[in-house]
Amino acid sequence: MTELSAAVNDGLIMTWRNLKRVPRIPELAIFAILQSIMFVLLFAYVFGGAIPLPGGGSYREYLMPGIFIQTLGFASITTAIAVTDDMAKGLIDRFRSLPMARSAVLSGRTVSDVIYNAGILVVLMLSGLVVGWRVHGSVGDFLLAVALMLFFTFAMAWIGVLIGLLVPSVEVGQQLGFLIVFPLTFVSNAFVPTETLPDWLQPVANWNPFSALTAAIRELFGNPNPFPSGFPGDHPFLLSLLWTTALLVVFAPLAVRRYRAIDR
Amino acid sequence: MAAVEAEALVKVYRSRKNEVRALDGVDLEVQEGTVLGLLGPNGAGKTTTVRILATLLKPDAGSARVAGFDVRRDAQSVRKTIGLSGQYAAIDENLTGRENLWMFGRLYHLSSAEARARADELLERFHLEEAAGRVAKTYSGGMRRRLDLAAALIGRPRVLFLDEPTTGLDPRGRLGMWDVIRTQVREGATLLLTTQYLEEADELASQIAVVDHGRIIARGTADQLKSQVGGERIEAVVHAPSDLRRAAQLLAPDGSGTTEEHMRRLTIAADGGAAQLIDVVRRLGEAAIKVDDIALRRPTLDDVFLALTGHAAQELPAEEEAT
Repeated sequence: MTELSAAVNDGLIMTWRNLKRVPRIPELAIFAILQSIMFVLLFAYVFGGAIPLPGGGSYREYLMPGIFIQTLGFASITTAIAVTDDMAKGLIDRFRSLPMARSAVLSGRTVSDVIYNAGILVVLMLSGLVVGWRVHGSVGDFLLAVALMLFFTFAMAWIGVLIGLLVPSVEVGQQLGFLIVFPLTFVSNAFVPTETLPDWLQPVANWNPFSALTAAIRELFGNPNPFPSGFPGDHPFLLSLLWTTALLVVFAPLAVRRYRAIDR
Repeated sequence: MAAVEAEALVKVYRSRKNEVRALDGVDLEVQEGTVLGLLGPNGAGKTTTVRILATLLKPDAGSARVAGFDVRRDAQSVRKTIGLSGQYAAIDENLTGRENLWMFGRLYHLSSAEARARADELLERFHLEEAAGRVAKTYSGGMRRRLDLAAALIGRPRVLFLDEPTTGLDPRGRLGMWDVIRTQVREGATLLLTTQYLEEADELASQIAVVDHGRIIARGTADQLKSQVGGERIEAVVHAPSDLRRAAQLLAPDGSGTTEEHMRRLTIAADGGAAQLIDVVRRLGEAAIKVDDIALRRPTLDDVFLALTGHAAQELPAEEEAT
């Protein structure tokens, strides 16, 4: 077997193994979806009425892209937990003692998390349709938005892998993950227009990668997208692409380096 | 031919506060088709040695070869020839027993059909056929260890590393594990096994190396080690503290017995085995010395350590378990 075909073969086997977990522990997927639906209900029916959109438009249509990005961002915590769990249970050691491709553990992890989250995304979109979210853009724009979201999921999964390799236990990974992802989702335009934030916080929120992603897919779906003018507001798609690429370029090599250093 | 050779292995774990020399110059050799038992207490360096030989850890100094391949320079070739089963059953709890073995077979680059056939063969051999379709989460400790060992064997390794294969198992699980390991040994596997139990090394290994503080402090067969320790002994606990000296004089007039006043315990060497025990019981009865407890005791790891180092087998801080 050549090195490349071994890498593909072993990566696919690891992907298979990771995805097998989903039906075996259905609670994981169910709770991830329920948590997102809770946020939809909370913002659509409780806080939503108090959040006026500059320029008008349906708050629920505004909300759903924010929910998508929040859910996909939080998925990196699930990735971290899975990696830490494999480390703690000695599975990573076993994989490292096998003549398999070195890359397969991490590529299998990140690829399977993208596939898993694509499934979660479908359920969320259907829930969105129920509360009144609609897609007004073209089919091409819709597919582009989905592709952008999955690219973002892939990049976030690498951050999750790095966290998972660094922390000593599943609990710490979970805490650290929340500490990183929580402010990213809430200091953004996911739930409220950034204009409602204090002046000093607005630039942070406007340049936040989660805001760029949310604004980009709002635009592609044709959902309300109030955004103060300036580079982030004028070029959300470009900025989200740059952000996601940057995250991937920084964190994937860091994760790989950390994985290689386990034998020290 | 030596299937495993290591020279002067050194491994130092550094943390901010201190430095632990986990291995301080370990040399060892396992001949093809033989079993080496690495015997020592927790923290002695057993797991670190196995991890270096299995390419999971880089030594700070020294070199090692497995099946002729250098563990640092040619790690991937080493991995093709070894099977590793660690202290904690490293199996995927969310896969069934059969799926686990199939997966590990595929990762050894067996074809899918080959991996399936090999999985079925091992499930049968390790008495796991009935549980083969259940997720491993539902397995007992003994079943997990057997599945873990089966996973280590799936690629037909030339050299097998077993790190404390029976630690944490109940007596029944331990016997079951010994049974499957013995089968491997009979079939000519080259095996390096670590254990804390002299009895286990005795049972499974043809050669034993005793490890303490990252060094090998003794080597030999189980019999050689035991003769260094002094073989079996008889321990008697007398009922009345005042009888202790009298019993010692009666049973070991040359003064070779040891007495522990607070335990009311007398220990004497027993080269004569069970026959000598019967004789001792009879003589104590005739002298009207009442005993609360009397037993023939085989040497333990503690006795070996006491004889070799003058100190008991100490548990060191669990630094190697943590890595």
